[in-house]
Amino acid sequence: MSQPFRTEKGGRIDRSEQFTFTFDGEEMQGHKGDTLASALLANGIHLVGRSFKYHRPRGIVTAGSEEPNALVGIYRNGDQTPNLRATQVELYQGLEAISQNRFPSLGFDVGAVNDRLSMFFPAGFYYKTFMWPKSFWDKVYEPVIRAAAGLGKPPKNPDHDSYGNLYAHCDVLVAGSGPAGLSAALAAAESGAKVILCDEQSEFGGSLLTEANASIDGMAPSDWVAETIARLGAMDNVTLLPRTTAFGYFAHNYIALAERVTEHLASPDPKLPRERLWQVRAKEVVIASGAIERPMVFPENDRPGILLAEAGRTYLNRYGVKVGHKVVVATACDTAWQAAFDLDDHGVEIAAIIEMREVPPESLVAIAKARGIRVEAGCVITGTLGRKRIKSALLGRLMTSGQVASGGQVECDALLMSGGWTPTVSLYSQSRGKVVWDADSGAYVPGKSVQKERSVGGAKGLYGLQATLEDGYAAGEEAAKAAIGTSKKVTYAAASGGEAGEGGTLGALPHDRNASKVKAFVDYQNDVTAKDVKLAVREGMQSIEHIKRYTTTGMATDQGRLSNMNALQIASGALERPVTDVGLTTFRLPYTPTTFGLFAGVARGDFFDPVRKTPSHDWVVDNGGVFEDVGQWKRTWYFPKSGEDMHAAVARECKTVRESVGLFDASTLGKIEVVGPDAAEFLERMYTNPWKKLAPGRCRYGLLLNDAGFITDDGVIGRLADDRFHVTTTTGGAPSVFATMEDYLQTEWPDLDVWITSTTEQYAVAAVQGPKAREVIAPFIEGIDLSNEAFPHMSVKEATFCGVPCRLFRISFTGELGFEINVPRRHGKMMWETLAKEIEKHDGTSYGTETMHVLRAEKGYIIVGQDTDGTVTPQDAGMTWAIGKKKHDFVGKRGLERPDLVSENRKQFVGLLTKDPKVKLEEGAQITTAENPATGTPAEGHVTSSYFSPALDRTIALAVVKNGHALDGKTLYVPMPDRSISVEVTGPVFYDKEGARINV
Amino acid sequence: MLLVYCPYCGVSRPETEFSCRGEAHIARPADPAQTSDEDWVNFLYMRSNTKGVYVERWRHIHGCGRFFNAVRNTVSDDFLKFYKAGEPMPDLEELAKEAGK
Repeated sequence: MSQPFRTEKGGRIDRSEQFTFTFDGEEMQGHKGDTLASALLANGIHLVGRSFKYHRPRGIVTAGSEEPNALVGIYRNGDQTPNLRATQVELYQGLEAISQNRFPSLGFDVGAVNDRLSMFFPAGFYYKTFMWPKSFWDKVYEPVIRAAAGLGKPPKNPDHDSYGNLYAHCDVLVAGSGPAGLSAALAAAESGAKVILCDEQSEFGGSLLTEANASIDGMAPSDWVAETIARLGAMDNVTLLPRTTAFGYFAHNYIALAERVTEHLASPDPKLPRERLWQVRAKEVVIASGAIERPMVFPENDRPGILLAEAGRTYLNRYGVKVGHKVVVATACDTAWQAAFDLDDHGVEIAAIIEMREVPPESLVAIAKARGIRVEAGCVITGTLGRKRIKSALLGRLMTSGQVASGGQVECDALLMSGGWTPTVSLYSQSRGKVVWDADSGAYVPGKSVQKERSVGGAKGLYGLQATLEDGYAAGEEAAKAAIGTSKKVTYAAASGGEAGEGGTLGALPHDRNASKVKAFVDYQNDVTAKDVKLAVREGMQSIEHIKRYTTTGMATDQGRLSNMNALQIASGALERPVTDVGLTTFRLPYTPTTFGLFAGVARGDFFDPVRKTPSHDWVVDNGGVFEDVGQWKRTWYFPKSGEDMHAAVARECKTVRESVGLFDASTLGKIEVVGPDAAEFLERMYTNPWKKLAPGRCRYGLLLNDAGFITDDGVIGRLADDRFHVTTTTGGAPSVFATMEDYLQTEWPDLDVWITSTTEQYAVAAVQGPKAREVIAPFIEGIDLSNEAFPHMSVKEATFCGVPCRLFRISFTGELGFEINVPRRHGKMMWETLAKEIEKHDGTSYGTETMHVLRAEKGYIIVGQDTDGTVTPQDAGMTWAIGKKKHDFVGKRGLERPDLVSENRKQFVGLLTKDPKVKLEEGAQITTAENPATGTPAEGHVTSSYFSPALDRTIALAVVKNGHALDGKTLYVPMPDRSISVEVTGPVFYDKEGARINV
Repeated sequence: MLLVYCPYCGVSRPETEFSCRGEAHIARPADPAQTSDEDWVNFLYMRSNTKGVYVERWRHIHGCGRFFNAVRNTVSDDFLKFYKAGEPMPDLEELAKEAGK
């Protein structure tokens, strides 16, 4: 099949291997070694997409990762990945690509009407246009903007690929493998340093793969690359990572690399990840990211067929593709002349070299003359013609007056441009280095190193093959010396050719066109024109940061690598201030777009967050229990019998616990073993309650404050021996209570002889609650007299359960007779199944967290974190009884005496009964004194817990209300959107107020 | 990601192994009952929040579990010194001067 723009010979493609691919359904051929971009160009396709805002036809502009226009969708395994840069997509057999942001087709796109209406879409039009009416936002503006926004369509299915992650350490990381990167890697590796060399491209070599008119050590540059890579590859201390982008430079020389592992393969090994995240800690970093060419800002500089000059050269020399048959080269610097000469060597007609400089170097003019190439010096491009591909370029002659005179028209099918070179300082900038303005080269270059890194070659504005190689060698030696203390002088390669060029321009070029009618693009991807930047300045934007956000220039996926310098120059002109006063926006990570999959790695689905299960888990699953997530824990919420909804199940569970017995899995409660001669003293200082006189075998409710005086946790603490306590915490508070205890022990009271150990995972805990609880556990417990007299409420003792050692607590969170049995976790399943079977004999039930919540609310027991919010004191909660009055100090004691904590008007914990017993309040609802308060009236408090209580056959609620303890019997209101609910304030205890049921 | 040195384990490990617990050398008053409201509030809430050289408490929470102190430049994120809990606060000016060299 014909590839009309393929050269006859040359390039690094494998002409013996031909691939068939499709673009928008059309079948085409390319070769192994092609990118999608080079294969499309070989087939004469320049039009590859529509622009973001104006839907203008757009073509391939670059040959690298900075490509702004050629964003395509790639189909793979039935799904489509959008917004991939065709310049980075490697061709394989059967590749399916589609263009984006066009409807119904790339050739005919109705969205292109935006281009004709562009006077309505200036910079900042979002802020000006969609202001009113307000009601239009949800229904009209937002849906329309959302539908029009973006380029590619997101994939419909979850990502079916897998992603790898690994950590690596090295002495020297070299990012980039052009001449400077390769020589740096070689010097560092030969010195004995452990080296990682990465490059975002499929092949190492960078600009050397494009360089056809130079030699290194007598070899073609690409042969020198091959030899050098072979040398590095043979060394044990070198890791070579092609297709790997250093996309983030973090603190302490921590660099993130994205390796593309399988995307370039037609049928990859399914075991391999699509991408791999390398998290590298490097002792030293060499940034060899090179420089990229700047587009020229002239009217209609966005037509398909207009490329950067070096990209034209890369397509020719590396991929064997001619960007056109008749090419205009527009430039302000020397290097682009070489593109014209290389194309001429391959028989491409050079229509003209349009040189902005009045007097270009004589040597170049002489070569052009010898080749018979027309040279127009002191000229610029003032416009282009051709809708879907450039047909001709308009010439303008720069007059001494500063005006531009029309210079006629030149026919062509491609135009190569060069405004000069911009060092890629992204990684340096990410390392928190501050760039400095280099007036000589008209560019920002890296300043002082902040981290252990050095920029080399093009990345610091140093050009010319020999100079770049030498800079790389020296940097590699220095980096090795800094990292491992020694370095070896390697023999430097000698290069000829590839000289550094002169010249360059910044900003918009002058022209003789109607400035209000033409568009000269600064940022292709975001459709930002020179006019937009000037408009932003007219409308008051002074800082480049504001101009950037107002116009969106530099906010494209290349992060302004192509556009920033031109935008800066235009802004500086409009502001009449030097470029250096306008500032430069910060380069942030990622360097190029990075997939979410790479960041997520294996942390997806079941691996997103660890799941903690209790020993009853399998039994609950088998018996139809419903789970709820409590932090990472799976806790049983309720156990519906057939036909029951949650309300019915919870009502039945509550009733059964109060009438006979219930079984509850309390394994998730935090448990901390506090041991040592000073254990009691330690708890005395941590908790509000007194502990020293608590006898072994007895328990006490413990209340934990912070030093500010606010409740942070609670739980029952049992004393097993003089020097041993079994502390329980809330489920969610376990880690923080443990950390707080460690903190005080290690840093405030290191004199205390205490060990604390988290034992949450060591025990399985079954709570058996209800009037028949004793009968249920009695057959299995040995070693304890369970009678009320011998083992009263708030007792703890070590015994056995079915022969297994256990800690038995007689405690209750339901208000009923209750026991909690702790057995080693490995016996938890046995314990649960034994008890579940036993309670059936007593018409009992298993119950979940919802029933637990209802039962405790009926008793007015608080749940820390639900009924308290970090601003509740024990007094507020009505729990002054928990404070050891004679204690000299405990955590929070001094805090409780602060003026604000003892003042009037604090919100206090109360019960609420709705006047209508069927109405259930919303948790979180606000409480007011007025039935229908005016808008803006501050609330008196809010509802913290609200349930239907089967025991009372009505709804109940708990709340915090200003001065609530003095409001007993008063009526308050809970205003809701549709009505105001009247409530009566009560005490928080609704059921068995005297507590008789516990002591049976 | 910061690289943190644990003076108890004698190793440098990534930040994710540690937790930072705010400014160091804020001692709980020895006799809270005799501490004024203002001093207690200062102890609870007031921190120097220095831009520059700052002393922090770190805990090797996923390692040995010990608390220790670190001097960090909050602008550059460079650590200037790590030392065990209980050791005196180093001369920060001296450290900053040395680091500036």
